[in-house]
Amino acid sequence: MTRRNIPREGEVRIPSGCAIAGIMDRSGARHDGGDILRSIALMHDRSNGLGGGFAAYGIYPDYADLYAFHIMYESREARAAAEAYLEHFYLCEKQERIPTEEHPAIKNPPDIWRYFMAPHPMRLAASGLDEAEYTMQHVFHINGKIEGAFVASSGKDMGVFKGVGYPEDIGAFYRIGDYRAWAWTAHGRFPTNTPGWWGGAHPFTLLNWSVVHNGEISSYDANRRYVEQFGYDCELQTDTEVITYLFDLLARRHGLSQQMAAHIMAAPSWREIDAMEPDRAAFETALRTVYASALVNGPFSIIVGSEEGLLALNDRLKLRALMVAEKGPMVYLASEQAAIQVVCPDAENVRSIEGGVPFVVQRDDVAAAKAGEAAENRAVRDWPLEHEVGVLPRKRREA
Amino acid sequence: MDATTNCVLPRYRVVRDEAACTGCAQCVRSCANGVHRLRKDPDRIVINSRACVNCQRCVVFCPELALTIRPWPQVGTGSSTWTAEAMADIAKQAQTGAVLLSSMGTPAPYPIYWDHLLLNASQVTNPSIDPLREPMETRVFLGSRPEILKINERERRVVEPLPPQLKLDVPIMFSAMSFGSISLNAQKALALAATELGTFFNVGEGGMHCDLEPFADHAFAQVASGRFGVDAHYLNTAAAIEIKIGQGAKPGIGGHLPGEKINSEVSRTRMIPEGSDAISPAPHHDIYSIEDLRQLIFSIKEATGYRKPVAVKIAAVHNAAAIASGMARTGADIIVVDGFRGGTGAAPKRIRDAVGIPVELALAAIDQRLRDEGIRSMVSLVASGSIRNSADVVRAIALGADACSIGSAALIAMGCHQCRDCSSGRCNWGIATQRAALTARLRPEEAAERVVNLVRAWTAEIQEMMGGMGINAVDSLRGNRLMLRGVGLNEKELDILGVKYAGE
Repeated sequence: MTRRNIPREGEVRIPSGCAIAGIMDRSGARHDGGDILRSIALMHDRSNGLGGGFAAYGIYPDYADLYAFHIMYESREARAAAEAYLEHFYLCEKQERIPTEEHPAIKNPPDIWRYFMAPHPMRLAASGLDEAEYTMQHVFHINGKIEGAFVASSGKDMGVFKGVGYPEDIGAFYRIGDYRAWAWTAHGRFPTNTPGWWGGAHPFTLLNWSVVHNGEISSYDANRRYVEQFGYDCELQTDTEVITYLFDLLARRHGLSQQMAAHIMAAPSWREIDAMEPDRAAFETALRTVYASALVNGPFSIIVGSEEGLLALNDRLKLRALMVAEKGPMVYLASEQAAIQVVCPDAENVRSIEGGVPFVVQRDDVAAAKAGEAAENRAVRDWPLEHEVGVLPRKRREA
Repeated sequence: MDATTNCVLPRYRVVRDEAACTGCAQCVRSCANGVHRLRKDPDRIVINSRACVNCQRCVVFCPELALTIRPWPQVGTGSSTWTAEAMADIAKQAQTGAVLLSSMGTPAPYPIYWDHLLLNASQVTNPSIDPLREPMETRVFLGSRPEILKINERERRVVEPLPPQLKLDVPIMFSAMSFGSISLNAQKALALAATELGTFFNVGEGGMHCDLEPFADHAFAQVASGRFGVDAHYLNTAAAIEIKIGQGAKPGIGGHLPGEKINSEVSRTRMIPEGSDAISPAPHHDIYSIEDLRQLIFSIKEATGYRKPVAVKIAAVHNAAAIASGMARTGADIIVVDGFRGGTGAAPKRIRDAVGIPVELALAAIDQRLRDEGIRSMVSLVASGSIRNSADVVRAIALGADACSIGSAALIAMGCHQCRDCSSGRCNWGIATQRAALTARLRPEEAAERVVNLVRAWTAEIQEMMGGMGINAVDSLRGNRLMLRGVGLNEKELDILGVKYAGE
């Protein structure tokens, strides 16, 4: 794939409108990509052929303990450089080209590979980092420093399939019907510019996080400059990227629940807080004071995927559409109601996501485990590291 | 010509429209400088232009609009080097052998970076927000914060309480102005306005007069190098304490309130003998380095039971970013940076006009440095010194300030006309004077109403501008430099300000 003269994400900030969708089975049962494909395809007019993609959770059960890296290469040199780098820091169990199918509408795809890897135990121990932080640093390195290589996803038992094109064509190209996942999200992009770069398509991911987003946040630079203090390099200059980093900072590093992280990002207004009883008002005031720069402003609707499930959030003024519906263990989310009904005509509880109120769907086993956990957050940095030397990633010791 | 010959030409010429003048002598009563004098025979008012400082009190209060003040019409030499002002300064010093004194912010034509920063507005891809329809939040809190908040999510309570915080309903406070440099009535006006607006005023380094104690919940108590009026009661009465290291208008030097201004009230408030000079040394003599500042901060925190935030104010100087970073690490809860165009009651003219740097550059550099070090979110940052209007406030917040303080603007709202003659003590507006006849001209309630009007108007404008950017909380404006674009700036200036050029 040749590089065009038009600036890409990361070189320029490109606002875009979008379609988003998500489908999840709370029971953890896995479904192929057919439904999510039909759901996002219905919203064809909300994207303009300049980006589409899918995130899928539970697709690699045979390698569930290993980091699954999906990497897009624009050249052989890029692949050689990235693989040499990964070989140094990881032990690779398996690597292969991601199977794709030629599609008339998909032009000039990059060379797309996946790797199932564990952090190199000695180097991990020497880094002084936990494995998530270690992996994050290496993802940042590849994306920022290795020209022509882009890590599309880096979580466990999950993966992202994205590129330049309409989402239904991208889905066909990646043969997403062949994968079975307990949660799917999808994105169709309407950028105001034509970068035509596969790495710039969405979902955006980091570790197990994937984010699809429709909107343009006006707080972008305030959020960016906040997270950059803590080592999150906003290379792509996109809203989705900074929202992903906010979730990683608040939920993974600070140990808050995803729901609380979302609550911080779409905090109640001072008017609402002033009307609360004093203890609750003091709690909300403390959250808004400490995390003032994590407030996300302007129109947005997002679906965040993780190993826990899906989370949907709208800006607090509800300036973007996002619908939800249920049927048995299934939960459906989409920018348009029709995109839910096309795959589940008898869906129940069809409603719109309320502005500023996180909508959380956890897998049943995750929800059960969470119910027994402590209610106080514990920052990652306060957990003791256990330096095991082994092939499989070490676990954090309960302290 | 001997040494005492006055070669200095008058600065202004006061012109009376004799046809309009009714001889009511309002101007005579207005002027404490003796510009207008009533002569009995024949019955007319004569003018001494040499005494005029251009405070415009007589112009505003002339019922017939018969007065105008013009520049003294003497033509200059034509030299760009030896301007009339440059020569007048030399003539004054040749005559007196003294340091030139002046007041308020520098009038010198240094770049005003605010005027080179343009704001953004939403079009098409996201909507602007109408402040008449939607909440538009201007509330900010000042104080230090932990990086990570420890909470109990189930019980919805904070596990480790936050350090003390100040709640500002508007991101605008009033700068430190002491009793002595301004009148008690002017201080009362600021106290009333701060209370009404839900923000804070600052008593300056002259102690807190007992009349201000009812407003102490909205007061910063200042601890400056002279330590005037400082005792445990003073510290514990105020809402917050500010350690003044420097002032933008006169970085690196102290202050001198002459004995004639130390009347009984000032004497009691400052805790010094009546008639004695109040001299603030250039440095704090217990702070010769950053670790000494930490000791003072914690002495104050001990004295106040860790219930009050402690701010440290510095003048914007060349190394402000590194200094501010050090301050954040000494335990300062709020960093105040005061730019060199900021006002003063009295400063040596050369210091005022030549020392320090613009607040815009200092603010941008400090905010970026604190972010580079990952500590920006843990401390508050206040900018002051030449904030002229609501757009300046928005620009300052977008560059990285949590809030701004205004001094000159608040005084102008009360009547100040920036004549820069504060140090004479003959302020006709009753602001920068202790003369009873003059201070009585400033009624605190009326002056407070004007200040409240000003800040309310600015707040409405700030809300309009935020709404235009698609932002409905000032939190999302703070440090949001993408909302700014530079015009007429060079690469280095853009780099320091951290903004792109218009069109980029």
